[in-house]
Amino acid sequence: MSVRFLLTALFALCLLTSGCSQRERPVDTAVRDGILLVGNGTEPATLDPHLAVGVTEHEILRALFEGLVTRDGRDLSVRPAVAQSWTISDDGKIYTFTLDPNARWSNGDPVTASDFLFSFERMLNPRLGSSYAKMLHPLAGAAAYNRGENTDFSRVGVRVIDPLTLELRLHKPLAYFLDLLAHGAWYPVHPPSVLAAGDRYDRLSRWTRPGKLVGNGPFQLSEWRLNALVEVTRNPHFREAEATRLNAIRFFPIASMDTEERAFRSGFLHLTHTIPPHRIDWYQNNRADAIHFDTYLGTYYYTLNVRQPPLNDPRVRRALAMSIDRQAIVDTILRAGQKPAFHFTPPMTAGYTSPYQQTFDPQGARKLLAEAGFANGTGFPEVEVLFNTSESHREIAVAIQQMWRRELGIRVRLHNEEWKVYLDSRRAGRFEILRAGWIGDYNDPSTFLELFTRASGNNPSGWSHDDYEKWLAAARASRDPDERKLLFGKAETLLLQEAPVIPLYFYVRSTLIDERVRGRHPNVLDFHPWQAIYFATEGSDEP
Amino acid sequence: MRQLLLRRLAQAIPTIWVIATLTFVLLRLAPGGPFDEEVEVPDEIRAQMAAHYGLDQPLPLQYLRFLGNLLRGDLGPSFKYPGWNVHELIAQGIPVSLELGLLAMIVAFALGIPAGIIAALCHRRIGDSAVMLFALLGICLPSFVLAPLLLLVFSSWLGWFQPLGWSTAGDRVLPMLTLGLFYAAYIARLSRSGMLEVLQQDYIRTARAKGASEHRVILIHATRTALYPVVTFLGPAFAGVISGSFVIETIFFLPGLGTQFVNAALNRDYTMVMGTVLFYAALILAFNLLADLIQAWLQPKTRDANR
Repeated sequence: MSVRFLLTALFALCLLTSGCSQRERPVDTAVRDGILLVGNGTEPATLDPHLAVGVTEHEILRALFEGLVTRDGRDLSVRPAVAQSWTISDDGKIYTFTLDPNARWSNGDPVTASDFLFSFERMLNPRLGSSYAKMLHPLAGAAAYNRGENTDFSRVGVRVIDPLTLELRLHKPLAYFLDLLAHGAWYPVHPPSVLAAGDRYDRLSRWTRPGKLVGNGPFQLSEWRLNALVEVTRNPHFREAEATRLNAIRFFPIASMDTEERAFRSGFLHLTHTIPPHRIDWYQNNRADAIHFDTYLGTYYYTLNVRQPPLNDPRVRRALAMSIDRQAIVDTILRAGQKPAFHFTPPMTAGYTSPYQQTFDPQGARKLLAEAGFANGTGFPEVEVLFNTSESHREIAVAIQQMWRRELGIRVRLHNEEWKVYLDSRRAGRFEILRAGWIGDYNDPSTFLELFTRASGNNPSGWSHDDYEKWLAAARASRDPDERKLLFGKAETLLLQEAPVIPLYFYVRSTLIDERVRGRHPNVLDFHPWQAIYFATEGSDEP
Repeated sequence: MRQLLLRRLAQAIPTIWVIATLTFVLLRLAPGGPFDEEVEVPDEIRAQMAAHYGLDQPLPLQYLRFLGNLLRGDLGPSFKYPGWNVHELIAQGIPVSLELGLLAMIVAFALGIPAGIIAALCHRRIGDSAVMLFALLGICLPSFVLAPLLLLVFSSWLGWFQPLGWSTAGDRVLPMLTLGLFYAAYIARLSRSGMLEVLQQDYIRTARAKGASEHRVILIHATRTALYPVVTFLGPAFAGVISGSFVIETIFFLPGLGTQFVNAALNRDYTMVMGTVLFYAALILAFNLLADLIQAWLQPKTRDANR
């Protein structure tokens, strides 16, 4: 084989290569066809809105179903959906919804009030075992029905007045009830198709398969290949079908961040689920138009087990909180625009920001620790930080370990556990300091502050306080926004002073978005109605 | 031959039973359960879910029921994916995993055997060292390093292949290379040592003395015996490529079985773990048997003894 032959072959290859790269990228073809290509993290566990728990499932469900109300993608305000209007009784307990007569299921059937009754009953029936049934508990009698204490659904506050009028009765007034109603747990399901597939409470029912699933959202399910793709196409029967701009959306469950980023870079996706932290710099320098950081209604925090010494002493807990340099963590480790958190509820959650803040004050922290009997950390037992196995959690834990050692002279052990093991330890209270995160389910401070009430079930710290319970109960009942803010403020101040929780930073959702995608507005709930999204094509761009 | 087959089949049943039992016990010993989620589920709901899947029964009863279902070929419903049965999930992953595995084995054999033979023929010369150096590299480079390297060169720089997916023929190339090269390296080493050993033997000398051409000596007389250790490796290798493709499936976004296997364990999807473990176990037993059969056929001594 001569050198000349090799060179010729190489040249031929180069020609071939340049030919290949001229191929149209999937994103370009898709823009022409009006198809949005979305990276969606993981494979959806289910498309049954009453069984779904995760973010990935809800991204798809939002395309397939629609509840009584929805939110505006720009400002998150509550908007009519299947319900075109509603009235609230003077005592704030009875909501009467008038349904849109144009609301249709994807097979053309009208969406009726009894469909909602059927759905809420299914969601609350203990036989289904829905993990999100709690979202419906504000309805009168719902909690008892859900626990199986009452088996007569007519005693639950849902009543069909006529096919287009639905009445919901609450057991107590709830200021954010309409916000709650926009959550996917309240989506209706199509009774005939659920029943056609068998027992309505059967978790194994196949009514969610393509060809069987009947929804009432802007899109309908057309294909579901496990671990490969979920495709939804425009639903011609949707009540605002003419306003839906996309013809189809394809959701790809790409679990690896690096693979997803590569897919975006090579023109396989318009929208990614996330971005690997180590690629952020590159995008900021080379494709700043594609990278987006949106603040997110979520808090990353450490929670302290207050049942045992030395963490049963609030002075110790405060000292720990005061000696963490959150700004340094955000600037040197996270680097994606996250905000340091000195309070628990993210700022401006439905207009509320905590009046009190934990501070970074090493001097004050040392003083508090000395008061608690551990001057310069002497005699302080070694405590353990438990986190679920992940490189980023470890980096943060290592930084905090060093800060506590430097500022307070105390020693901390780091311990990581695989996710399910971690959940098990957390449930059983087998930890001293625990990493955790919380994402708001709806836009109201209560979605964060209710976490530390006795009824929450998501407060492994063991902390509770009578005043805290009292103030939150009052905030739940009050319909005066200013009074509620005041009550939340009092409760959060107490929470931060008692410090069973050390907030560390507020989440940011970082995504890569094709510059032609329009109609997607950043908001703290990461709520983006699919029907509002469209492509800007040359010559037809709209501001 | 038939005796061997029957004997192996008889051994397979208790083996599968032991594997099933061990997996069942280990799974239940692992902390955390299928219904542990970030958002705490109320105890009543948790109890309902457990009852739905029969997890409220005493463990021995659950075990017996599981064995009973297994005998009827029923692997049960997945815990993580409501509405899907384990056999459906496995069936969705098999085609991709099997195709990838077969292609990788072709790569492994097509590269490994000639490389090993060439190395043996150039024993202690530059050709030998070069092949063995590459083989060592192939064995040492884990797939999570090799795959991104191949992607960088052939996808990002040259643009020959798409970086992910499993739709076109081109999509097969990089995953099968990533998976196959490791085994190719292994096979190269095995066939090299097999060949070196054979070349020392009397019958080769006899063949040469009788005036057989070098080609004939190598290809007909030597290779057949030299491949003996390679064939022994065939069973575990094939099982390895089919079950060990988790990393490759993740990097190239392939809907195979490896990902489902690992995720099932992470999700504590009890039935899905049992199903995949048993499927892999059956596959390994089948491939070991196949390797034995080929071996018996290659070696007249066992071939005759079993007659």
